[in-house]
Amino acid sequence: MGDFAWQSAFEIREQVAAGAVSAIDVTRAYLERAEALNPKLACFLTIDHEGALAAAAQVDHARRAGEELGPLAGVPIALKDNLCTRGVRTTCASAILGEYIPPYDAHVVEALRASGAVILGKTNLDEFAMGSSNENSAFGNVHNPWALDRAPGGSSGGSACATAAGLAPLALGSDTGGSVRQPAAFCGITAIKPTYGRVSRYGLVAFASSLDQIGPMARSVREASQLLEVVAGHDRRDATSADRKTGEYLAACDRGVKGLRVGVVRDLLDGLQDADVRAGVEDALKALEKEGATLVDVSLPHAKHAVSVYYLIATAEASSNLARFDGVRYGLRVPGEDLTETYTKTRAEGFGPEVRRRIMLGTYALSAGYYDAFYLKAQRVRTLIRRDYDAAFETCDVVCTPTTPTPAFALGEKTSDPLEMYLADVFTLPPSLAGLAAISTPCGLSADGLPIGLQLVAPPFEEEVLCSAGQVVEDRCGLIDTRPAAVA
Amino acid sequence: MADAKITLEQVLHVAKLARLTLSEEEGRQMQKQLDAILGYMEELDELDVSGVAPTFHSIPMDAPLRPDVPERCSDRSEILAQAPESEAGGFAVPLVLEVD
Repeated sequence: MGDFAWQSAFEIREQVAAGAVSAIDVTRAYLERAEALNPKLACFLTIDHEGALAAAAQVDHARRAGEELGPLAGVPIALKDNLCTRGVRTTCASAILGEYIPPYDAHVVEALRASGAVILGKTNLDEFAMGSSNENSAFGNVHNPWALDRAPGGSSGGSACATAAGLAPLALGSDTGGSVRQPAAFCGITAIKPTYGRVSRYGLVAFASSLDQIGPMARSVREASQLLEVVAGHDRRDATSADRKTGEYLAACDRGVKGLRVGVVRDLLDGLQDADVRAGVEDALKALEKEGATLVDVSLPHAKHAVSVYYLIATAEASSNLARFDGVRYGLRVPGEDLTETYTKTRAEGFGPEVRRRIMLGTYALSAGYYDAFYLKAQRVRTLIRRDYDAAFETCDVVCTPTTPTPAFALGEKTSDPLEMYLADVFTLPPSLAGLAAISTPCGLSADGLPIGLQLVAPPFEEEVLCSAGQVVEDRCGLIDTRPAAVA
Repeated sequence: MADAKITLEQVLHVAKLARLTLSEEEGRQMQKQLDAILGYMEELDELDVSGVAPTFHSIPMDAPLRPDVPERCSDRSEILAQAPESEAGGFAVPLVLEVD
């Protein structure tokens, strides 16, 4: 039974479809593994035995009835706990939503159910997806399966950890400024941040609406590409959802990189402090070149402003989005003398320190007298960052950087200094601000045995090229056959 | 503290705008942290962007109209079941207006 843990989504589906194993047996094995390892890793906030077994039974029933099975039939998946699941609590790792049970499914959840996927449960995250280490969860730290004293990254740390540790072959996370890519890099897996608008956010609890996207996470590029294929597409319930054809992401994995022009941000690469990260990226570049890609130098002169720009725009949008948590319609209520005091007490008790800090920063940046100097200015600099990419894509097809400046940092290392934590997002923020598609995939291990992530960025709606290039990196320098130390 | 980017008074004012209460200790800590963050963000001052249009949406998008067709929405009782307090088919809140 334990063997299921390291099988791919494709292997599981094939066996289930052939009737070699039942979806119920696969699901039971995964549920048992999750129960056994979760006390050590803390990646799940909710394990949904009943729902998972019911979904699996449905797949088995459909197979016996000779019905056509979906692309993820019987495949277990873990969902970040900011994606609404009908009847299953959705907490955003916040005390303010600790007992919230959504009356509806997110668009991606509907798509997964239709594909035959089995939802195992909901994964831990930084509260409301705000953080880069998962340490802002109201319900405890997730541990990195490669070294338990290291951060799994954030904010989709639970999803990354569950996937890396063989608790699920697939997971969904959300990415506002790097929240699927950075934890994927830290945990040695692949994650795709689709173009803004590619995946419907209907039912994703909003953080920063001009940036939020839902992204697939998996141990291989092919599995992440397959999952993207299942969740991508237009949905009229999200006004920002793009009404355009989706790609053949899985097929794109086999196209290779012959003739692909890979943009290298040379000054950024040479400025890297971490020699292991630099070596990992250089290896991946050599691999791409060997497979027929051409390397071209590009520059992103305004990318260095991304931390300032992002933490003004994202917090401003968050301060507005999180106004809805007022103790009236759902979630926690802490009663006060009057309505205003009920609001303030509820919010003061319900939100953790980082969420409060971001609401404060965002409210300040939007407030009278500061709007022009902070919020509007940030939106103008965002234009410059976008133009940098426009210029780069005149001479290249993808832009390559590391995903993070260092491998996974230690739990507790950056918690006392919020700014220090923000600076860890320096490479993932620029493509988010420009709304571009990006992938993070492993490109080696550090001297300490920690995964290193490579980030590739493509123009809007060109996710396919990321799948092609990501696959080459995985084949030549990936970690597909290396299991994390804590669960090996 | 002469060149603080944000004062304790401003912090408390912003907290009020954001409907958050901060204890004195929390207020002081928040002031220090926001001051450091805003201090870092001063690096944006090196850029003159007065002639640059802002990017509110990274991807150009329009807002197409859809046909106005009535459809079933969620069940009221299911929605009210999530409310901290409900009454007579609605959300119940503390008294907003005094009535005689």
